[in-house]
Amino acid sequence: MARHKQLTTKGKIITHAILIAFTLFAIFPVVRVISISLRPGNRLLSRSLAIIPEGATLESYVTLFFQTPFLRWMANSLVVSLLVTIVGVGLAITAGYAFSRFKFRGRKASLLAIITTQMFPVTMLLLPLFIMLIKLHLYDSFGGLIITYSATALPFTIWQMKGYYDTIPFSLEEAAMIDGASPLYTFVRIILPLALPAIAITALFSFMTAWSEYLVAAVLIQNTDLFTLPLGLKSFQANMEVAWGLYSAGAVVVSLPVVVIFILASRYLISGLTLGSVKG
Amino acid sequence: MSTLTAKRNRLAYAYLSPAMFIMALVIAYPFVYNVVISFSNMNLTHFRDWRLIGLRNYWLVVTDYSFWYFFFKTVLWTVLNLVFHVGIGVFLAILLDKDLRGKTVYRTLLILPWAVPQYITALTWRGMFNSEYGAVNLLLEKLFHTQVLWLSSEWGAFAACLITNIWLGFPFMMIIALGGLQSIPNELYEAAEIDGATAWQKFRNITVPLLRPVMVPAIILGVIWTFNNFNVVWLVSNGGEPSDKTHILVSWVYKSAFTYFRFGYAAAFSMIIFLILFIFSWRFIKKTQVVENIYG
Repeated sequence: MARHKQLTTKGKIITHAILIAFTLFAIFPVVRVISISLRPGNRLLSRSLAIIPEGATLESYVTLFFQTPFLRWMANSLVVSLLVTIVGVGLAITAGYAFSRFKFRGRKASLLAIITTQMFPVTMLLLPLFIMLIKLHLYDSFGGLIITYSATALPFTIWQMKGYYDTIPFSLEEAAMIDGASPLYTFVRIILPLALPAIAITALFSFMTAWSEYLVAAVLIQNTDLFTLPLGLKSFQANMEVAWGLYSAGAVVVSLPVVVIFILASRYLISGLTLGSVKG
Repeated sequence: MSTLTAKRNRLAYAYLSPAMFIMALVIAYPFVYNVVISFSNMNLTHFRDWRLIGLRNYWLVVTDYSFWYFFFKTVLWTVLNLVFHVGIGVFLAILLDKDLRGKTVYRTLLILPWAVPQYITALTWRGMFNSEYGAVNLLLEKLFHTQVLWLSSEWGAFAACLITNIWLGFPFMMIIALGGLQSIPNELYEAAEIDGATAWQKFRNITVPLLRPVMVPAIILGVIWTFNNFNVVWLVSNGGEPSDKTHILVSWVYKSAFTYFRFGYAAAFSMIIFLILFIFSWRFIKKTQVVENIYG
């Protein structure tokens, strides 16, 4: 046991106190949203700070599912997010492999260009894409949204896959080649199965990019039938006095799966991130 | 040997081509198009019959008072956020690195803000900053018998955005720092203890220099993200309220583009934001590589 990590009893108490304070800060808004989502309709504008509201009820959730277009927004978001995930992962597993394993002409320049795209303010691509989509009559359609989301997700997914391939020893491919395996066989049957954790994380990230994006959707989608979840939830906010409970219930339903998956995946995500940052 | 290289080159390009094709279409082409628009007079009235007008848009941006005002605000926004993100993140990481019961529970709860979708964070905090029914003022009233007009005053709204963004951003830095701390070998601390080093000396001479290579890339990323992150600013201030004062550069250019439809102006503005970040990042990266070389 490392001595410098041990604390005196007094130190332990202080450390716990500080950690509890920050934990309260971290969970307070989450608890608050859950609490508001459980309020009965006539108490939405209560000034109470109680965690479980007086007369707690699932009314808001029932209204949300059966009297608002919430399920349609969810279906729209699912379609868009899944397609973005397929594009993002499909292209990143091959491109990341090329960057990790081959020294080809233009490699360094391409990698630098990919990092550089992360410095674009969102309007840099959104404005020209907006104008292009209008001219191509793709404005106000899922096609335009998927194209734009893929543009934002791709550089990151490629970079992440490259980072993971870098950790797989090259000797595996050499051994396969000595046994006479073709490069394509080696890639598909040996490397890809080993890279499954990274593929899962990349998929999760692409999915979340699209699932949680508001600003691009607000520009590209006007038709309320095509609203994704963020646009839908924001539309409740315009009428916050009435829809405060609906918004909160929606926020809980939308966040819950994402938060659970994120926390379960966080261990892999963390090792990927630290690895990526250490290796540059 | 050279034919082998050529063959490998071809293989590499084969793997790359699908991604490169799509990126050329959705990133490179729009980028070039943006450059062209930035030199043009395109707006809602000149949507199809636009023409090139040289550097006039760029001149309009840099001679506009609001550019410098929001530039100042963006720098302040970025610096304050990073100070709190890194400060809180590293501090909590050091505590979580100790032998402590319930560490996993703390860690899981503390990354919660990172896991929640950003727009939900922003909309929720906007509700919490409501001056009458919002939880923040209710708490302030209960604890300190005071109230703050968060969203209706310029700096109140700025503070509201800042608090929201600090909330959602510190877990990232905490996790990165935790990874860095765990990779520091214990022997270093043990050796320092044998030499009679104090806790502060150990922190100053072991923790800080060994944490630096892990934190520097995260900080560069953090600066780029925060400088460009207007989800929070836009949604907490509901598009710049009060009276278009609560903006950072990106939210201001978003407004020029999609509320006022000043396409040429907005395109030039985007280019300027990009150049600011580009110059900053490369200078910073170069400088820190020098730092790394000194530390070996």
